[in-house]
Amino acid sequence: MRVVVDLTKCQGYGQCVFAAPDVFRMPHHETLMYELDSDETKRDQVLRAAAACPVRALLLDEEITERQEKTSAGDTGVGRIVIVGASLAGLRAAATLRREGYAGKLTLIGDEQGEPYDRPPLSKQVLSGQIAAADTMLPRRDQLDAEWIRGLAAVGLDLAARQVQLADGRTVGYDRLLIATGVRARPWPDAQEAALDGVTVLRSRQDAAELRRRLAARPRVLVIGGGFTGSEIASVCRELDLPVTVAERGPAPLVGALGGVVGRIAADLQRENGVDLRCGVTVTALEGDREGRLRRARLSDGSVLDVDLAVAALGTVRNVEWLEGSGLAAGAWGVGCDAGCRAFDVNGIVCDDVFVAGDVARFPHPVYGYQFLTLEHWGNAVSQAHVAAHNMISPSGRLRPHLSLPVFWSAQFGVNIKSVGVPTFADEVAIVQGSVEEHKFVAVYGHRGRITAAVTFDEAMWLDFYRDLIERAAPFPPDFAMVGRSAPPHAVPAEIPARIPAIHDATVMVTGHNPDERRATLVSAGTT
Amino acid sequence: MTTTYETFLDYANRADPYALFPELRRTPVARQPDGSYVVSTYREIVSLLHDPRVSSDLRNLPEIANIRISPDDAAPQLPPEFIRRDPPDHDRLRAMVMKHFGPPGAPGRVAGMEPRMREIITELIDGLVGRSRIDIVDDFAYPLPVTVICELLGVPRPDEPLFHKWSQIAVGTNDPTTGTIVERNQLRFETLAKLGQYLNGLADAHQREPGDDLLSALVTDGEMARPDVLSTAALLLIAGHETTVNLIANGMLTLLRHPHVLERLRQDPGYAVNVVEELLRYEPPIHMPGPRRTALADIEIAGTTIPKGSVIVLVLASGNRDPERFPDPDRFDPDRRDNQHLGFGGGIHYCFGAPLARLETRLALTELTRRLVGPRLVADPPPYRHTPNLRGPLHLLLDIDGVLPAH
Repeated sequence: MRVVVDLTKCQGYGQCVFAAPDVFRMPHHETLMYELDSDETKRDQVLRAAAACPVRALLLDEEITERQEKTSAGDTGVGRIVIVGASLAGLRAAATLRREGYAGKLTLIGDEQGEPYDRPPLSKQVLSGQIAAADTMLPRRDQLDAEWIRGLAAVGLDLAARQVQLADGRTVGYDRLLIATGVRARPWPDAQEAALDGVTVLRSRQDAAELRRRLAARPRVLVIGGGFTGSEIASVCRELDLPVTVAERGPAPLVGALGGVVGRIAADLQRENGVDLRCGVTVTALEGDREGRLRRARLSDGSVLDVDLAVAALGTVRNVEWLEGSGLAAGAWGVGCDAGCRAFDVNGIVCDDVFVAGDVARFPHPVYGYQFLTLEHWGNAVSQAHVAAHNMISPSGRLRPHLSLPVFWSAQFGVNIKSVGVPTFADEVAIVQGSVEEHKFVAVYGHRGRITAAVTFDEAMWLDFYRDLIERAAPFPPDFAMVGRSAPPHAVPAEIPARIPAIHDATVMVTGHNPDERRATLVSAGTT
Repeated sequence: MTTTYETFLDYANRADPYALFPELRRTPVARQPDGSYVVSTYREIVSLLHDPRVSSDLRNLPEIANIRISPDDAAPQLPPEFIRRDPPDHDRLRAMVMKHFGPPGAPGRVAGMEPRMREIITELIDGLVGRSRIDIVDDFAYPLPVTVICELLGVPRPDEPLFHKWSQIAVGTNDPTTGTIVERNQLRFETLAKLGQYLNGLADAHQREPGDDLLSALVTDGEMARPDVLSTAALLLIAGHETTVNLIANGMLTLLRHPHVLERLRQDPGYAVNVVEELLRYEPPIHMPGPRRTALADIEIAGTTIPKGSVIVLVLASGNRDPERFPDPDRFDPDRRDNQHLGFGGGIHYCFGAPLARLETRLALTELTRRLVGPRLVADPPPYRHTPNLRGPLHLLLDIDGVLPAH
């Protein structure tokens, strides 16, 4: 019996734990850990937990029971849909297509072997050893009626011929294509050092299994990068009582996503939990012994660490190489698309038959000044896949915009961190509820006097209130009286680091003189 | 002129308040003659349940904050229970009890009560053997949760007549038809003080000789101040007394009104999980949460501004029947998907005892439908309890043809 909890919805009521204490655990106030694939003896427990969830956040096997009558698919003449990328976004898009009545041929292409799995548990209950990496499969969608091409990458796209090229030389034709190839872990940049035994990354199920195996040997750990993945890995290390150093280039962990003010709170959390946190430093070299085993790391401040395991948590690289030369606006920044998930070609014109969803998509968000965003969030993969799938089988007059506010969560050091909106789209931040000292609070972010984001530490039940304020473009700071507030909120600079968008890596030439001939050519997409 | 809400409060409409809800929902946020605001639509209720500008602490109303019951050293006034408190006190107090009741400290405690609940249920149904007419309320739906909460809390079951009286008075003070909010709270404070005095004696006894009950856990771990222990114990005792009884009685009534569902439950005990959830939507034991809420700031909602300082009444049962949220809302349909009901409220005050109520009701309805032979309603509708907040039958008489053995 498989289950996945939509933790963007979860508010920490704990009703699943009461109903199924053998499957779900809430080891601290709000963080939820659970078995994704439990044996049939626990089936009744899981069903009871799903029914008891106050926000219906539990997703079980075989959900597609309600199908709409054949809809617009017939009108638009779509008979072949190909989805490249068979992970969360691809799978959810496929389910939506079927649920909305698409009855034509459906092909899912994925370069990983095995069934699609859920990634968030990899850096949590898998690393801590509570569940095996293999037991993270997403719930089954038996009625998908899809052709699966597994363990085989798409290597090219011919827009004119409407064909995807596969690594084995085959081609697959489509009427509509969804690109959901996601991202991969950014490797340690020095290939020789990266090849040392003990230097790893964490992205795939295999990575997680490997990292778990190494943690079981109780190594001295260095985590390079204090983003969410790095911080979660450090958290598990401390849970396992392993010595761990986090080396973060910025002034505090999570700064890139949450800014300096909340980042410093995250830094306190790490230090209180025994992490050797070093900020404002980079790792300049990883050194091995003669057997090629990692032994030492050198930091930019001159210090040297004896370590057995280094995890590079340096963010991600988007899987776009297969689109090189395809004529799509694809590069290091992702695959550009409009708010209806339709891909841009190199000229910046939308394609009617190619759609994008998930981590690889770069799309404009009206709420954030129409800025183009890429979001590597579980919730975005789900909501964007839903919009993309709907639009793939809808006539142009019935397209939906992808307007949902970004939501993400992280479980680390016993605290459930949740976010709604875009915290980096801010100039100020204010703590509006709760207590920073108790690591239980709500921080609200503002941009030019409007609320743009909110972050909760163990206060998930209030998040929807702030989501509504963001959607209403409510004034910042929210200065009305509230429960759990001892003093009026004090807005301070949010300390969002400046970032150079990856789109700057694009080199585009424009050729032709006659208006009918003028075309853009993508010379460099910065993918290498 | 009488408002729809006032008509709803009228005891004459207790048997079928649902007929009034469409009219009530025509004004999602409706100002009442007494200045309070009644909220009846799903979206607005959910929004206010999660709105930090809404306080559950009636001490925000000066006239309630100033209530002092006549000084009596033996029965001092108790502090408000955690459901009538705001963060951070609410969160701290609730977590201190949760430590001994659910996750993270005691995740398996409620599930572990199942065998004992089954025993109690079996005994109660065995007691019906040989009778042709039974009262689901007095013979079953009342004694089951009372026995469970007494054993959980560590309160002697034989003392029940004593605290049952106080419990009923306290619950009655939530009923807006029985007096002004100040009069009702005055009476509630006085009643809780007496209950607190009784519980204080028990707490002393448990401190000397702790058992594995909640009261013993609270007094021995020393985290919670004694007055808060007494308020908490009073809250759990009353809530355990006056709510699940309605859910079980409403459940049997609804099943007998929908014989095909009853038959399916008899065939498939696993169906009870969905039956209970749909009951919580369709015939919830709590139509409005007892603790009134107040606005700490002006709140703009559904085109209305609830002014700062106003009392807010959330009619959860009406939200549960909102056609904007639930297709065909007046149909009892346990197969309903996406049944995100408001039976236990929502937000930080989500029913503390929900897991207990779910488990008791699931086991109770499964066993009643399995063992009672040919159950028939004697009167439909049955007579109802007075209070509109905690709505349920006063008695639910059934004629039966027999009782099957326990196994």
